[in-house]
Amino acid sequence: MSYQKYYVPDQSKFPILMAMALFLLVMGAAGTINDLGEADSMSVYVLYSGFAVFGTTLFFWFRTVIREHIAGLDSAQLQKSFVFGMGWFIFSEVMFFAAFFGALFYVRNFSVPWLGGEGDKGLANMLWEGFESTWPVMSTPDAGSAYVLAEKNMSWPGWGHALEWLPMWNTIVLLSSSVTVHFAHLALKNDNKKSFNIWLGVTVTLALIFVGLQAAEYYEAYAHYGLTLNSGIYGSTFFMLTGFHGFHVMMGGFMLAVMLSRSVFYNHFDSHSHFGFEAASWYWHFVDVVWVMLFLFVYIL
Amino acid sequence: MSAVIESHNHDDHHHGPAKGLTRWLYTTNHKDIGTLYLWFSFAMFLIGGAMALVIRAELFEPGMQIVEPEFYNQMLTLHGLIMVFGAVMPAFVGLANWLVPMMVGAPDMALPRMNNLSFWILPVAFFILLSSLFMEGGAPNFGWTFYAPLSTTYAPPSTTFFIFSVHIMGASSIMGSINVIVTIMNMRAPGMTLMKMPLFVWSWLITAYLLIAVMPVLAGAVTMMLMDIHFGTSFFNAAGGGDPVLFQHIFWFFGHPEVYIMILPAFGITSHIIETFSRKQLFGHTSMVWAMTSIAILSFVVWAHHMFTVGLPLAAELFFMWATMLIAVPTGVKVFNWVTTMFKGSITYETPMLFAIAFVVLFTIGGFSGLMLAITPADFQYHDTYFVVAHFHYVLVPGSIFSIMAAVYFWIPKWTGNMYDERLGKLHFWLSFVGVNVTFFPQHWIGLAGMPRRYPDYALQFADWNMVSSVGAFLFGASQILFLFIVLKTVMGGKKATPEVWEGSRGLEWTIESPAPYHTFTTPPKVN
Repeated sequence: MSYQKYYVPDQSKFPILMAMALFLLVMGAAGTINDLGEADSMSVYVLYSGFAVFGTTLFFWFRTVIREHIAGLDSAQLQKSFVFGMGWFIFSEVMFFAAFFGALFYVRNFSVPWLGGEGDKGLANMLWEGFESTWPVMSTPDAGSAYVLAEKNMSWPGWGHALEWLPMWNTIVLLSSSVTVHFAHLALKNDNKKSFNIWLGVTVTLALIFVGLQAAEYYEAYAHYGLTLNSGIYGSTFFMLTGFHGFHVMMGGFMLAVMLSRSVFYNHFDSHSHFGFEAASWYWHFVDVVWVMLFLFVYIL
Repeated sequence: MSAVIESHNHDDHHHGPAKGLTRWLYTTNHKDIGTLYLWFSFAMFLIGGAMALVIRAELFEPGMQIVEPEFYNQMLTLHGLIMVFGAVMPAFVGLANWLVPMMVGAPDMALPRMNNLSFWILPVAFFILLSSLFMEGGAPNFGWTFYAPLSTTYAPPSTTFFIFSVHIMGASSIMGSINVIVTIMNMRAPGMTLMKMPLFVWSWLITAYLLIAVMPVLAGAVTMMLMDIHFGTSFFNAAGGGDPVLFQHIFWFFGHPEVYIMILPAFGITSHIIETFSRKQLFGHTSMVWAMTSIAILSFVVWAHHMFTVGLPLAAELFFMWATMLIAVPTGVKVFNWVTTMFKGSITYETPMLFAIAFVVLFTIGGFSGLMLAITPADFQYHDTYFVVAHFHYVLVPGSIFSIMAAVYFWIPKWTGNMYDERLGKLHFWLSFVGVNVTFFPQHWIGLAGMPRRYPDYALQFADWNMVSSVGAFLFGASQILFLFIVLKTVMGGKKATPEVWEGSRGLEWTIESPAPYHTFTTPPKVN
């Protein structure tokens, strides 16, 4: 076996800049949230500066890594490190979503039925007598409290209305995008760059459509359904799960868009060297799988 | 072995570290980053320790004497958070940085720039956490477990900053763990098969897996808190259909594996030290690996033993009781193997060995009190008493922290090239050993007698043992100043260390010169 030297960069300014960016981001975000409603809060500028440093550092960091790759500094072994690294990063994301799915499981199977007087700890019903356990929870146990009641929810409306139901279209769009990104991958493996660019372009477009539909759904929920973060545990789990998923779609779509522009403008990637694209596509498939779980547990069941 | 050393000197690519402050700010070197982690951890250990002494000073006598109850609660909370996330975890990451690449024969960590990032965001996180002491309403005051609704409805405004600092700590741990796993899976020297891997490396492989699995769950928990506090969700509020107990489930789903994150690397360290000073090969290398793996897997299904008194369904209480007791089996295997390794060995009692033996004995005591706590009906009596405090301090202080100290004494000749002062090291050991037992052993008794934890005051009948406990705490605290002195003295100079340092040492890290050159194994060694 021939041995290639493992490339260890001597020094790097990026990490410490990134640490400063995180400091600004976090101080800005926490300050902004604590000062919500105060007109003269300066925290939001700290937050913006954090985003600026973060984005700039990220750009130059990745540019450096890409240039190192083009210069041939990274051995096959180092590339394998990136592969492992991305895999474990996606696993950590899976566990993040698991926390929210776990919360959904718990409220649906335990806390809401108990509050409604069912099951092992049905005694909890004496807190708000008369509260009946249903899912989606349309009236909160403490109906007179700060919570705003929703009039309609996002659940499966029955076959008769399936085509007017946005989540169905979202599912079709996102599942198709997983297929198109796979076609892009196949094209790249055959060194067909033109086909690669087209399929990747289609994928990015589908990502944009998905985000647009999701925005429309949120608008509907807030404007017409009265369904908000404030409408009790159904609103909480609905918006947090779909919201974090939507955020991940935006990140994944952004990654794919970066890969598309790298391919179109700089002619990066060929059948042998395309891990940047591959990592983004894995992330995209992951986002897709999360959506399938969401569709099942948040919308249908 | 000498061939390995030679190949270093002949490699023209090699040079020493950069000069000045930028060496530490910009570094990508696993040894530099390991050193940064270890010093950061030591600073946090002293800060968190000072907070513990505020607590013990207040509890020296019944009645309120030194601090306000509000401030006492903040000290209690920050002490826990700093010791767990700032002292113990970074110390183990620092040891992993120093040792894992050398033990598997890798040139560095797999992703060196990310390695630097994982370290430098830690001071950011703890700066933010500590700065909350000076914010309006004071620092977080709800205990390190931050149960809702204390941490949501009734929390001070600084909780928002606390939440984001936890996010950063989590990001640091996840990146650090990815680095460790990738290094171990991808960068082992040829011939270093998984089952030949040293146990410290094994223990970290398992720990890193646990960290990646549970830190995101913690991030989820604090994010739900943030939303409940500021954006009107009701995850932990029954009025909206949520449940405060849900917080405890999510927290302990993170929290119990977290407990093992703080002990598994200690198992690895102890195995190395005991085999070295017993001058025997470790008994049951393979069973050690399987024991750690079993402990890690079981750690995911025992979390609710922290919550026996919140009103769980009976089936859950029984399941979590039995699952918890099952963990005693692989842990027993480990203790058996350590004792058997020492059996008929030619043992000498250098400082690392003293700490390691104390670890085995005192950790086992902590393990046994853990078994007592696992018995559900008995736990109804012990829950939230000083017995629990005694239990987890026994596994964390003479457990995790003794193992970290043992590791420092064991490997510091490799890091600095100098031997530490054996007489001072032994003095440090005995002071710490006496201090830790005087502090925590009486807490078993006052706990069983019914003294609740977390209060700044207590009933008169607990006065005597509290006074003893406080005296022990100050002894233990003071002896850590001696530790600082010993480490500094060793860094400055001392008897030169040989490459193998210890007579019975085994493993790749002892084949390179002491101090270890700035770059090691740029060409991987062959392992037979």
